[in-house]
Amino acid sequence: MPKDSGIGASSKRREDVRFLTGTGNYTDDINLNGQAYVHFLRSDVAHGRLNKVDTSVAAEMPGVVRIFTGADFEGVGGLPCGWQVTDKHGNPMQEPAHPVLAQGKVRHVGDPIAAVVAETAAQARNAAEAIELDIEELPAVIDMKEAVKEGATKVHDDLESNLCYDWGFVEENKAAVDEAFEKAAHVTTLELVNQRLVANPMEPRVAVGDYNRATGDSTLYTTSQNPHVIRLLMGAFVLGIPEHKLRVVAPDVGGGFGSKIFHYAEEAFCTFAAKALARPVKWTSSRSEAFISDAHGRDHVTKIELALDADNNFTALRTDTYANMGAYLSTFAPSVPTWLHGTLMAGNYKTPLIYVNVKAVFTNTVAVDAYRGAGRPEATFQLERVIDKAARELGVDPVALRRQNFITEFPYATPVAVEYDTGDYNATMDKLLEMVDRDGFEARAAESAKSGKLRGFGVNTYIEACGIAPSALVGQLGARAGLYESATVRVNATGGLVVMTGSHSHGQGHETAFPQVVADMIGISEDMVEVVHGDTANTPMGMGTYGSRSLAVGGSAIVRATEKIINKAKKIAAHLMEASEGDIELKDGQFTVAGTDKSVAWGDVTLAAYVPHNYPLEEIEPGLEETAFYDPANFTYPAGAYACEVEVDPDTGKVTICSFAAADDFGNVVNPMIVEGQVHGGLAQGIGQALLEGAVYDDNGQLLSASYMDYAMPRADDLPSFQVDHSCATPCTHNPLGVKGCGEAGAIGSPPAVVNAVVDALQRGGHNVTHIDMPLSPGRVWQAMNG
Amino acid sequence: MTQVTMTVNGKSVSGSVEGRTLLSDFIREGLKLTGTHVGCDTSQCGACVVHVNGQPVKSCTMLAAEAEGADVKTIEGMANADGSLSTIQQAFQDHHGLQCGFCTPGMVMSATALLAENPTPSEAEIRAYLEGNICRCTGYHNIVKAIMAASGQEVAAVAAE
Repeated sequence: MPKDSGIGASSKRREDVRFLTGTGNYTDDINLNGQAYVHFLRSDVAHGRLNKVDTSVAAEMPGVVRIFTGADFEGVGGLPCGWQVTDKHGNPMQEPAHPVLAQGKVRHVGDPIAAVVAETAAQARNAAEAIELDIEELPAVIDMKEAVKEGATKVHDDLESNLCYDWGFVEENKAAVDEAFEKAAHVTTLELVNQRLVANPMEPRVAVGDYNRATGDSTLYTTSQNPHVIRLLMGAFVLGIPEHKLRVVAPDVGGGFGSKIFHYAEEAFCTFAAKALARPVKWTSSRSEAFISDAHGRDHVTKIELALDADNNFTALRTDTYANMGAYLSTFAPSVPTWLHGTLMAGNYKTPLIYVNVKAVFTNTVAVDAYRGAGRPEATFQLERVIDKAARELGVDPVALRRQNFITEFPYATPVAVEYDTGDYNATMDKLLEMVDRDGFEARAAESAKSGKLRGFGVNTYIEACGIAPSALVGQLGARAGLYESATVRVNATGGLVVMTGSHSHGQGHETAFPQVVADMIGISEDMVEVVHGDTANTPMGMGTYGSRSLAVGGSAIVRATEKIINKAKKIAAHLMEASEGDIELKDGQFTVAGTDKSVAWGDVTLAAYVPHNYPLEEIEPGLEETAFYDPANFTYPAGAYACEVEVDPDTGKVTICSFAAADDFGNVVNPMIVEGQVHGGLAQGIGQALLEGAVYDDNGQLLSASYMDYAMPRADDLPSFQVDHSCATPCTHNPLGVKGCGEAGAIGSPPAVVNAVVDALQRGGHNVTHIDMPLSPGRVWQAMNG
Repeated sequence: MTQVTMTVNGKSVSGSVEGRTLLSDFIREGLKLTGTHVGCDTSQCGACVVHVNGQPVKSCTMLAAEAEGADVKTIEGMANADGSLSTIQQAFQDHHGLQCGFCTPGMVMSATALLAENPTPSEAEIRAYLEGNICRCTGYHNIVKAIMAASGQEVAAVAAE
C-alpha cells in the first residue's frame, strides 16, 4: 500500500497552490522603490578589438541615469572560476581574466560592452542603440580542432594558446591501456559529437541590485540555484564586499538545469551599480539575450575505442575528447569534461583499463558549463553507443553483451578513481525488459512496416555520480569550494518547525519533500514543518542545488539537525517525566518512558524548551534549534536501464518515439510522485538532445539558433507518455536516508537509447548506418539513409 | 500615451500606455498582476497566455491598446469564487503537472481553453493543442495526465506502486 504521509508518500506539493494561482514570487516580480533599469549593449561580432566606446550621445538620451563601460570596472575583480584542473604534465590550466564588462576585446557574440542604466527599460534600450562603437573585427575561432592548431588566432592574447588544459586520466594507466588494445581480439571505434545545447529554463535570468545607504548593506535578488555561492564568489572575488554586508536572495526560480548555478556578470553589475547610483538597479534578460549570455552545455567531440577479448569481455577503453570552454571559464566549466566525465567512463561495466584524454579549448563562443547531467551524459552517450556498435560488429545481442560485462559485486572500485557503493544492474535490466515487452517487438515492427515505417529498438544503461560531493576529495581534484550542505531546524514553542536549508528549490519540490523527512522522524504532521530556502540572510551557509544533491546531501544535513533536536527533546522529556533519558522513546509525536504508561506530547516538550519553568537548566540550555553541516563520505551512484522504440519514416527521415521506458535505481525514495516527475523532465531533455536541440554557430561565430524560432525545444507533441519505474532500489550505504538522487538520470540515460533505436531501425531497413550525430533531425537521418 | 480601459478578472481597469506597450507588459507592470509570465520574445513559449473575450491569446502578441474594451482573464482570475482551485488547477496539483511553475499560468489558461472547446480530448489532441506552450520541467507527461483527469477521463494514479 502506498503511504499517505512521511517518507515514501506521494504528498501533493504545497508550493503548487501559489504557482497555480499566479501568486509565486519570481525575481522579475520584484520591483523596488526608485528602481532603475539596465540594458546591456552586447557585442554582435564574435571577436574584435574594442577601439572606441563612445557614450556621449547616448548619455544625453531621455531617462538615462548613467552608462557604464569596461573602464568603470578597471580595478574591480573579474568573474572567478571555481575549479582548477591540473593538466597531464602537472601544470595548472590556463585561466583567462573575465571582466564584468569587456575590456580591450570582445570575445563572443553577446559579450557585454556597456551597461545603460535608465529610468525605464525602454529608455535604457533606446540609449544603448545610440552608443557609438568602433570594433576592429578579428578572425573568429569557432572549431575546436582548428583552435588548437599552431598559429591559430588566440581568443586571449595573454595566454600561450587556446588550449585550456590537456588532461590525462589516469595518466599512469595509459601505457597499460595501449598495450591492452594491441592484444585485443576486437576493437570498436566510434567518432561522435555531443552537441552544444542551451539549458533554457523557462524563466530567463533576472537580477535586482539594491544598496542601503543607511547600513552600507548590499542585496542582490537573483535567479540562482545557489545564493550562498553567488554571495561568496561575487563578494570575495569581484566586488570586495564581505559576506556580512551582502545578502543574496533567490526567491521562486523558474527552473535552472545547471545554467543558474554560475556567477554571471549581470549579477555583479547590478550589485555594483546599485551602490554607485544609490538606487536599485534591475536587469531582466530577454530570451534572445539568454541564448547569448547564459552558459551553454555539452559541446564535446570524441573518439572512443573499446577493446574486447575473444570472449567479448571488455578489456580496455580509450577516449580522446575535445571539450569546448567557450570564450571564458564559467564558474565550474573545467570540472565538467574532467571530474564529472572521466570518472564515469567505466559506466556499469568491469572494464579493467581505462584512459581518458580531454583537451579543453577556448573558442569565440558563449562559455560552456554544467547542464543537466554535466559530463555524465557525455560519458554515457559515448560508452553506450560504442557498446552498441560493438554488439553489432560482433553479431551479439546488445543486452547480452552488456550483461556479460556488468559489475555485479559491490563495493566496486573503478579504474577511474571512484567507488560504487551499491547497485544491481541486472535487476534494472530485467525490470526494463519486463516493461517494454521485447518479445513483442517483431510483431510491432511488422505492423510498422505495413505503413512503410522502419521500427527500431534501442537499449542502454547509465550510471552517474551524484550527491556532489565529498569536500576533501573534490578539493584534491581542484575544486575551490567545499561541497557539504547545511540545515538549521528551528522548533517553535508551540511545536511547529522551520527547516532552513542551504539547498535551493527551483522546481524540485523541496518545500514538500523535506517536511516529509522531518515529520516522519518525529511522528508529526507534515503541515507542522515549513521550509525556508533561497535567502542568505535566514539560511545557514549552503552550497545549493545541482548534481542531484539536494536530498542526498541537503536532506542528510536535515536528518542530522533533526536528530540533534530529538536528542535534546528527549532530555527535556526525561526531565518532565522524571525518568532516565535512556528510557525515553519518541513515536507518533509522543515521548514515552519505556515500560510505563507515562507520556508527554511533542508540544509539551517544545513549550517547556521556551518556557523553561520546569526544565533541566543546569544541564541544557533553553530553546530548541539545531544546525548541522553534512559532508558526504562518497558520491552516490544512481543507475538504471533505459529503452526506446522508434519509427523512422524512410521517405522523410522523421523519427517518432513510439515508447520510452526507464528503470532506475535511486535507492530509497521520499516522494515517488516528485521522483517520477524528475525522470519525466530529464527524459524530455535527453530526447530533446537526441532528436531536436542544438546550438549552432556559423564560421564567423554568429549563433544561428538564438531564439525559439530556431532552437527546437521539445514540445508536447514531440514526446510520448513515458513508462518509469524505480522499484529496483539498492539504498545508498553512506547517507542516513539511503537516497541516491534522481534529478539528472533522465537526461543522462536517454540520448543513447534513442540513437541506438534509430540505428537499429535503419539497419533493419537494410541501411548500413552505424552512427548519426545528434540531433537526429529528419534531414540528418534521410542523409544517412541516402547519402 | 493612450488611455486604455478593459475588464480584467471581472474588474474594470484603466491605464495609460505607449503605442508599443504589449498586453503582457500592461498586465505585469501596469496592473501588477505578475502571474502572467514572459518566457521568450518570439511568441513561442506560451507562458503569457491569457483569455481575451474568452479566447486564449499570447499576451505578448497583442498590444495593450488593442485590448481596449476587452474582457481579459488572467491566471489570478482562475480559482473558484471561494478561493479554492478550479478543477483544472486542482488536477495540475493532483497529478504533479508543474515543477518550477513558470510555464504553469500559460498551461492552465491553454488547458482551460482546450476543455471549453473540446471537453474530452484524446492524448494526441491535448499534445497537439499544447504545441504553443513550452514546459522545460515536466516532459509534459503529467500535464497531459492532469488535463485528461480534469476532463473526467480515467488516468492511472500518479506514482502508483
